Amino acid sequence: MDLFFQLLINGIIVGTLYGVVAMCFVLIYKSTQVVNFAQGEFLLIGAWICWSILVQFEIPFVFGFLLTLAFMAALGIFIQMVVLRPMIGEPIISVIMVTIGLSIFMRAFSNWVFGQDTVGYPDVFGTSSVNIGGLQVQPAYLMSFVISLIIMAGFFYFFRYSRHGLAMRATAFNQQVAQSLGISVKQVFAMAWAISAMVSALAGVVVGMVNGVSSALSFIGIKVFPAVILGGLDSIVGAVVGGLIVGVLENMAEYVDGQFLHWGNMLTIAPFWVLIIILVVKPYGLFGTKDIERV
Amino acid sequence: MSEETAILEARSVSLQFGGVRALSDVTFSVTRGELFAIIGPNGAGKTSMMNCISGRYTPTSGQVHFKGRDVTGLKPNKRAELGIGRTFQNLALFGHMSVLDNIMVGRHHLLKNNFLNGALYWLGGAQKEELDHRRTVEDIIDFLEITHIRKAIAGTLSYGLRKRVELARAVALKPDLILLDEPMAGMNLEEKEDMARFIIDLNEEWGMSVIMIEHDMGVVMDISHRVAVLDFGQKIADGLPDEIMSDPRVKAAYLGDDDDAVGGGSREVA
Repeated sequence: MDLFFQLLINGIIVGTLYGVVAMCFVLIYKSTQVVNFAQGEFLLIGAWICWSILVQFEIPFVFGFLLTLAFMAALGIFIQMVVLRPMIGEPIISVIMVTIGLSIFMRAFSNWVFGQDTVGYPDVFGTSSVNIGGLQVQPAYLMSFVISLIIMAGFFYFFRYSRHGLAMRATAFNQQVAQSLGISVKQVFAMAWAISAMVSALAGVVVGMVNGVSSALSFIGIKVFPAVILGGLDSIVGAVVGGLIVGVLENMAEYVDGQFLHWGNMLTIAPFWVLIIILVVKPYGLFGTKDIERV
Repeated sequence: MSEETAILEARSVSLQFGGVRALSDVTFSVTRGELFAIIGPNGAGKTSMMNCISGRYTPTSGQVHFKGRDVTGLKPNKRAELGIGRTFQNLALFGHMSVLDNIMVGRHHLLKNNFLNGALYWLGGAQKEELDHRRTVEDIIDFLEITHIRKAIAGTLSYGLRKRVELARAVALKPDLILLDEPMAGMNLEEKEDMARFIIDLNEEWGMSVIMIEHDMGVVMDISHRVAVLDFGQKIADGLPDEIMSDPRVKAAYLGDDDDAVGGGSREVA
């Protein structure tokens, strides 16, 4: 039974992390209508940048981390301006191809610059695990859990109460109208990409601390996809719930598989099974917006 | 009309989409404080003219001057900041947002606090600013008599109410000039009367200059100070409502040109 709870806790913690990355994905989709297949690569690049700042330049963790965030914000804005702005008004399928290309490019680029081997992060916390109620939890996971909750609250506040959040929602709904109300659509797009890249990098750093940094990190982007669809492509709350479901499901599948079934690899497949079942029942996802219409 | 009193001037504005001339050489000016109407048959270029003023289209040639400044090359959001608000012919509310949020979006460019000092909400004066905005928004809501639906989701409202919310959102910009594209389309008589009253109040009490496109001739002639008539992308007349009513070219444009009074020359009609 201990193993069960251990996996449950792991699932919840990993799930919040998925949720955070899923929120980033939704943020871009919601405001710019771009399905960003390069989301996982933001994690990868972020983790590598932070690693190289820490290891190669030997800058303390806090500053290195902030530097990484600044770099990622700049990268996000750069990608939006150079790669995606010319694609405004092009068919959605072209934009999707561009983001897939972007993801391949970024992965190859990081392989070229940082190599293909998995490298570990320097020990930031000084202890390898924390004991919570008899369960062993890695301090990086604990940090990730707390930071994820803070980010989620931040997103909620941002969209509900800040003027930029309102501008973003307005832009997501209708760019023409938003412009007529004095909202700079370019600024909104740049902001969405900057925030998304920053927060994804944060998740990348956390996963990197636990599992080491390698190109496998970008696989998280693919895992986040079912989470996003599950929750409904354009719902922030849905992204969080979707992330949690996928995280917990993975670990539960691992438990059931390891203890009873011994089929192997249930971990990877289970989220997609559930995704299909949920989409059959709720085609817009759990929290996706249905079109309200009065005829 | 002298330069100082004109809030908006269109100087020989032409707009072409490929081979189609939507507007050719349209010139008019709107005085500060005026309620100006643009009328014309379907496809005459009224909405194109509106879009040239609001910045959605850039004229192929000619200029648009607003408050004495050439705004021809500016983006719509810049023009909104300068003080041009608009509503749309086909309703364009943010359907999933509440009425209140819809109107708050209109305040966007007036909210000065940015992301950072917004975080210092209680310290940096952002709270006071927000309260001021809420008060203005409540004033607008009161004025347009939509208090009872302020928390409702915009997409679920009736057509007439949605039109009113859209007007509220444009008013929230506190524009000097407001462009209304068919504010009364699809309304019943009572709703039309309400809307006409709101437009007059906006003009007289709130001091906004208004440019309005409307098909209901009764309303147009009743409430507008001056009227311009477009037909096939050209301005064929411009003057006081009474003058327009009796203008033979206008009659020809609306009723067909088998009349012997036609002065506008021959047109090709498909």
